[in-house]
Amino acid sequence: MAFWIIQTLNGLSFSMMLFLVASGFTLIFGLMKIINIAHGSFYLLSAYIGLTVLRATENFLLATVASSIAVVLVGIAMQSLFLRRFYMKELQQVLLTFGFVLIIADLCLWIWGGNPVALPKPSLFRGSIWIGNVVFPSYRLFVILVGVIIAVGLWIFQEKTKFGAIVRAGVDDEEMLRGSGINIQMVFVGVFGLGALLAGIGGMIGGPFVGVFPGVDISMLLLALVVVIIGGVGSLKGAFVGSLFVGLVDNFGKALFPELSLFTLFAPMAIILAIRPTGLFGKIEE
Amino acid sequence: MKVAEIIKGPFFLPSLFAVLIILLPFLFSNYYVGLAIQIFIMAIFAMSLDILVGHTGLPSMGHAAYYGVAGYATGFLCLAGVKNFWLVIVLGMGLGGLTAAFFGLLAIRARGPYFMLITLALSQVLWGIAFKWRSVTKGDDGLPGIGRPEIGMGIDLKPDLYFYYFTFAIFLIVLVALFILLNSPFGYTLRGIRESESRMKALGYHVWLYKYVGFIFAGIFAGISGALWVYYSGFVNPSNFGVDLSVKALLMLILGGSGSLFGPLIGAGIIVLLENLVSGFTERWSLVLGIVYVTVIMLFSEGIFSAFKRGRN
Amino acid sequence: MKALEVQALSKNFGGLRAIRDISLEIEEGERRAIIGPNGAGKTTLFHLISGFLFPSSGHLSLFGREVTNLQAHQRAALGMARTFQVTNLFQKLTLFDNILLGVQAMKWARFCFYRRVKGFREIMHETESLLKEWSLWEKKDVLLKNLSYGEQRQIEVIMALATKPRLLLLDEPTAGLSPAETASVTSIIKGLPREITTVLIEHDMDVAFEIAERITVLHFGSILAEGSLDQIKGNPKVTEIYLG
Repeated sequence: MAFWIIQTLNGLSFSMMLFLVASGFTLIFGLMKIINIAHGSFYLLSAYIGLTVLRATENFLLATVASSIAVVLVGIAMQSLFLRRFYMKELQQVLLTFGFVLIIADLCLWIWGGNPVALPKPSLFRGSIWIGNVVFPSYRLFVILVGVIIAVGLWIFQEKTKFGAIVRAGVDDEEMLRGSGINIQMVFVGVFGLGALLAGIGGMIGGPFVGVFPGVDISMLLLALVVVIIGGVGSLKGAFVGSLFVGLVDNFGKALFPELSLFTLFAPMAIILAIRPTGLFGKIEE
Repeated sequence: MKVAEIIKGPFFLPSLFAVLIILLPFLFSNYYVGLAIQIFIMAIFAMSLDILVGHTGLPSMGHAAYYGVAGYATGFLCLAGVKNFWLVIVLGMGLGGLTAAFFGLLAIRARGPYFMLITLALSQVLWGIAFKWRSVTKGDDGLPGIGRPEIGMGIDLKPDLYFYYFTFAIFLIVLVALFILLNSPFGYTLRGIRESESRMKALGYHVWLYKYVGFIFAGIFAGISGALWVYYSGFVNPSNFGVDLSVKALLMLILGGSGSLFGPLIGAGIIVLLENLVSGFTERWSLVLGIVYVTVIMLFSEGIFSAFKRGRN
Repeated sequence: MKALEVQALSKNFGGLRAIRDISLEIEEGERRAIIGPNGAGKTTLFHLISGFLFPSSGHLSLFGREVTNLQAHQRAALGMARTFQVTNLFQKLTLFDNILLGVQAMKWARFCFYRRVKGFREIMHETESLLKEWSLWEKKDVLLKNLSYGEQRQIEVIMALATKPRLLLLDEPTAGLSPAETASVTSIIKGLPREITTVLIEHDMDVAFEIAERITVLHFGSILAEGSLDQIKGNPKVTEIYLG
């Protein structure tokens, strides 16, 4: 019984971190049709920068703010200086993001080296909590809380704000958005920056238990891809449900049959593609 | 025949090229022979991708999937003691084709960016499986010690020199096979689909089926390159499924010009030489390559080869 | 034999009823024009007939065969060909390759992947004859995008003819053409063999009346009137929707 509780909580905390990464990815793809291969790079960069600030100041919040700003700047630069030149040319955009993957990954390798590192937890959450008769690290519960708060925040943003409505409309029908007179480039830059921010926060949040190391950018990308395909493109609800599913399946997979955990992810993805190709909550494109 | 006429003829450059290839091992060191082998293998990989990208208009992002499947098959067979090249290559091609047949069913219904997303995801999952399934694939460590095969008549390809000529021969066979395929009615149909699917449908072509069969052909030819690479490097690991490989192939097509016969070869040559040149100069070769790729995309989206061709006309 | 039978056809897009309960019959060899103001549903009807859209309800038959659930390419195989309102040709291919794809479409050879197209004499010959018949042979190596709009509209019709259809759907063949080009295309269509049932959507009433024997008038997705040229010309409801 304890095993199941622990694994479920583990899975949930992983899901929430994954949601942060996947939600940004799905918004970027849903609105701009850009497959941001460098999305995992935001996680990587943010975690490393956060690590350095953490080591210097021992202040987790400050580190998160610093790394977030850095990552948002990188994201905005990527979109406004490079990607925007290839509007509607998805292939070139993808190749560009890949170039950035190489650049960011190698810079990080150069500056921080190749050894895997786990970020130190914020001092508030270094202990454990009793849940029933199970002991569980309080940090993981913190992660779940942060994930839920941000999910709610994103929901409010999407449903209740004007910018959110614009994004929703754009995901639904980009042509309509173009014709509406709204400065579409600003919307794109904003969403790309938001996506980078979310992935960056995911990097800080995940840093203490997933860690950061060369290659985590690609691992995160893979999981984000699976989440988005299962949950549906452009849908925050889909990213949330997809993240829950992938996080739990991956975690239980790792705990029960560690070598075959990818199969347990692959099968649902293949089934969704076969039966409902737009994902659980995605939009149908004519 | 006057010298000027010969030089302007269609056979001059290819023949000159062929002569250079044959003489290469006697003119340059082993290092360059190795590079040439890599170029030919990558050219086959890029040509197989071009069936989809250049001729059908399907931007496949996960092409390394079929390359990797054939590569691992080659590794397993070799380590199990199979020395016959032809047996292994047929299996590699078959598995590449089968994987494509499976993935194609899931991906081909989708358009443009969705198609790219799905193909990328599928190949990445294979990467993940190769990474995690340590008991079978040894995970990140990979399977080393894969020996060179025998091609019959007692010849084995252990010396790089033999492997070089053999790879060139395979490249030529693939080149001719693709030339016929792409200039057959089937090939013409693919290009029609690239230009206008709705027009093709209205004419009576079963568009999905053509895309699907083209997808399988691409997987089969990619399998050839995957097997050859594992024989050449003696080693297979999850990077054979890597997204960097799939993307590199796309870059080769952009640089060399997609939709043309020799474009993929030119692109492969540029990328392989570039990578090796840069990695010889600096430890930060990945960074430099990233910058180069970004620069190339920003400046040369249409492909140098097609610009060259337009100039020639 | 009826070339085309449409029974109680309807098409809804969400709340919009684009086609409402349309029934019509076109005899083999007939020349029919479908006219009506913008938004009447003419092109939608063509899409439904040719299989580019599937109906919300109703039935379609082609030469006696039920085709309601058949895909576009399957209907083409039964002898239907169509042109598009916006020129829909292979822009980056040569004129020769364009026509070749049309010629090849109904032949078994189109599945062959192990022999070059140049080895198929029948296909090469037919493409050549078709081009020569329409005096376009000199332009065979020109990329389609380098041909004029008028030439492309003409080739749009030729492409449809390349598959040797029994039923030809022409969607505004003279759209955007100069008076001289319009006259040329009109005479091409009039000169088509009588075995080919021809249905055309036209905005230009003169062209419609010159080519067609019977007219169907569409308005807000339903058939407002149908009949011979005189009947339609004399119908006050028809003049009203064009003037009012």
